[in-house]
Amino acid sequence: MSSPSKTFSALMPGDLPEDSSKRALLAEIDASCRVPVLFFVVSGLLWLLAGTALALVTSIKLHSPGFLASWEFLTFGRVRPAHLNTVIYGFASQTGIGVTLWLMCRLCRVPFVAPGLATVAALFWNIGLTVGVVGILMGDSTSIEWLEMPRYATPILFVSYALVAVWAVITFRLRQERQLYVSQWYLLAALLWFPWLYATAQIMLLIDPARGVVQAAVNWWFAHNVLGLWFTPIGLAAIYYFIPKVIGRPIHSYYLSVLGFWSLALFYNWNGLHHLTGGPMPAWMITVSIVASVMMLIPVTTVAINHHLTMWGHFEKLRHSPTLRFVVLGAVCYTATSLQGVANSFRGISEVVHFTHHTIAHAHLGLYGFFTMVMFGSLYYIVPRITQREWPSLGLISIHFWGCFLGLVLYVAPLSLGGILQGLAMNDASVPFMKVVEGTLPWLQIRTLAGLLLALGHVAFVANLVWLLARVFGPYRKPVVAILTGIETPAIAGK
Amino acid sequence: MRYGPLLFLGILFTLASSWVGLVLMPNRQLGSLVANSSTNATGAIVLYPQARSGEAQQGAEHYRSLGCIYCHSQQIRPDGFGSDIARGWGKRRTVARDYVYDKPVMLGTSRTGPDLTNIGERQSDYAWHYAHLYDPQITSKGSLMPPYPFLFQKRKMGQGGPSPDALKLAGEFSVGEGWEVVPKPAARQLVEYLRSLKTSFDLPEAPLPKAAEVTDAQPPAK
Repeated sequence: MSSPSKTFSALMPGDLPEDSSKRALLAEIDASCRVPVLFFVVSGLLWLLAGTALALVTSIKLHSPGFLASWEFLTFGRVRPAHLNTVIYGFASQTGIGVTLWLMCRLCRVPFVAPGLATVAALFWNIGLTVGVVGILMGDSTSIEWLEMPRYATPILFVSYALVAVWAVITFRLRQERQLYVSQWYLLAALLWFPWLYATAQIMLLIDPARGVVQAAVNWWFAHNVLGLWFTPIGLAAIYYFIPKVIGRPIHSYYLSVLGFWSLALFYNWNGLHHLTGGPMPAWMITVSIVASVMMLIPVTTVAINHHLTMWGHFEKLRHSPTLRFVVLGAVCYTATSLQGVANSFRGISEVVHFTHHTIAHAHLGLYGFFTMVMFGSLYYIVPRITQREWPSLGLISIHFWGCFLGLVLYVAPLSLGGILQGLAMNDASVPFMKVVEGTLPWLQIRTLAGLLLALGHVAFVANLVWLLARVFGPYRKPVVAILTGIETPAIAGK
Repeated sequence: MRYGPLLFLGILFTLASSWVGLVLMPNRQLGSLVANSSTNATGAIVLYPQARSGEAQQGAEHYRSLGCIYCHSQQIRPDGFGSDIARGWGKRRTVARDYVYDKPVMLGTSRTGPDLTNIGERQSDYAWHYAHLYDPQITSKGSLMPPYPFLFQKRKMGQGGPSPDALKLAGEFSVGEGWEVVPKPAARQLVEYLRSLKTSFDLPEAPLPKAAEVTDAQPPAK
């Protein structure tokens, strides 16, 4: 095993002295990624807009139940799973795959192999998803959380996914760089874990349902692992790549990244059944998940320390780089949501917050605050490189960041608090249930406000992207400038 | 790290561990659980739980399709853990055997509305359920539950006055002279399902509390 500093410098060509052949290779790789990566990213962002609209409808319905109530397909119990599935499988997974493809090519040092294969995969993914979401709205939701798409839609997604996995294995085998950077460990793990999770859940919940509460065990093993073994590794891979890349120094400690990766691999996948605390399950299943949840302190603090020490002394760069700003915000949210998750897994705290809106706030801090922010940050870096175009509007970038940031704070903080108050009231049998319901109203209304801010941010981002893409196809030509600093730095731009 | 195969094996073995622990083991322990058979006072054999009747089973499909699970749980936590039993949502905690016939199992993770494990016992009145589904504000002012007007049909009243199953709507909910609102089949099936939800049966692993304890612990059910 070579020394860590050598490992990282080998993978940080942008930080090396002028080396034109390496930069030419990076430019070739970026150009080869254009069509397939853009296909995944753009369709992901269109689903984000759809998911945001569904989220607003869902949120309004929760405090104003008469809103759009006369249409069956827009009833709360259908719009909510439609929102979840569009943002999880439409936006987050597709954008995540797009970022994964680009990172894999860059880190393996190979131009995109078989772009047609990946483009067909993206096409299938969108077809399967459309069928699934329409199915939910028409009444075929399975009511199995995180797996609501009906069983005639999910095999299409699985085929698409298999194509992506095959592509990843081919790229990995063809890699020109033998050293594996920490981001690659996470990406490879995510790509191999997801089909196992999805196949198990498909078979034991949809195709041949297991008996009784075994379904609940499989359901939460699956649902928590979609977060823990699919989104989390992709998000962490991106953080590990972009923080060093943007600030131009290697990760603080190689050994902390090894510890962080393997402890996550060991413990995260045992967490799921803490969602069933107090439920009709044998106690050992719950207990083992609570123990594993507490063990998550190891990977979370390890990764947090590693990222923080890498950033140390470079915080002023947050002002200039949208990539860094979004990615660091995501990293902070990862630590916050993980620690919150550890706390919530304890029986005494779960007794209060389980069944309340607190859990919803927690989920959004994870999937939105952590994963989505990291993906936005990654796209600010990737899109200009694969399209050879700059982001057209700095103003829209600011609106995007502040809309998302303020919306996130306004979403998570009040709803977390409101959820705790809801849980305390609910556990006091002398409080009539209707009083508990009334108590949640102001928090739910604040959430709709927060949702409007998030929607504003998303629209600004998509508008900026559409503007950029119009320039790709339009006559307008402008050389690439490093958007990150506003200064021309060809080494980072890869051209 | 340079060794792809090592990484590959590590990735597979870590997930395999919880797949065995949290998927295969629960299936081994609970995957062939069956209904409990006991003898009642008259010597007859009683099976619990029982598979649902046709209409109630169709109602379960509507419950699934309409996503009731996103606001209503169907699980009673043990006495002293939360207030499930003190609120009168159930007499005993629910256990794995209560759910052996459920496909899908709809335990739920949210209580924006109350738990429904025993709604069939707590509220068996058809008229209440229909009015509540048609517009929850009729029976539960201030509720955040959406109305389900599409489960009902508004039609002209016949010559002989309102149909027997027409909803009694007064004041702000009235639909006008000569008109009536009747439940569609989906509403009937859904109400049959809700009325079938009850778990007050003795199980060896979850016995009902003795009669005296019940009267102590039970505030009037709402």
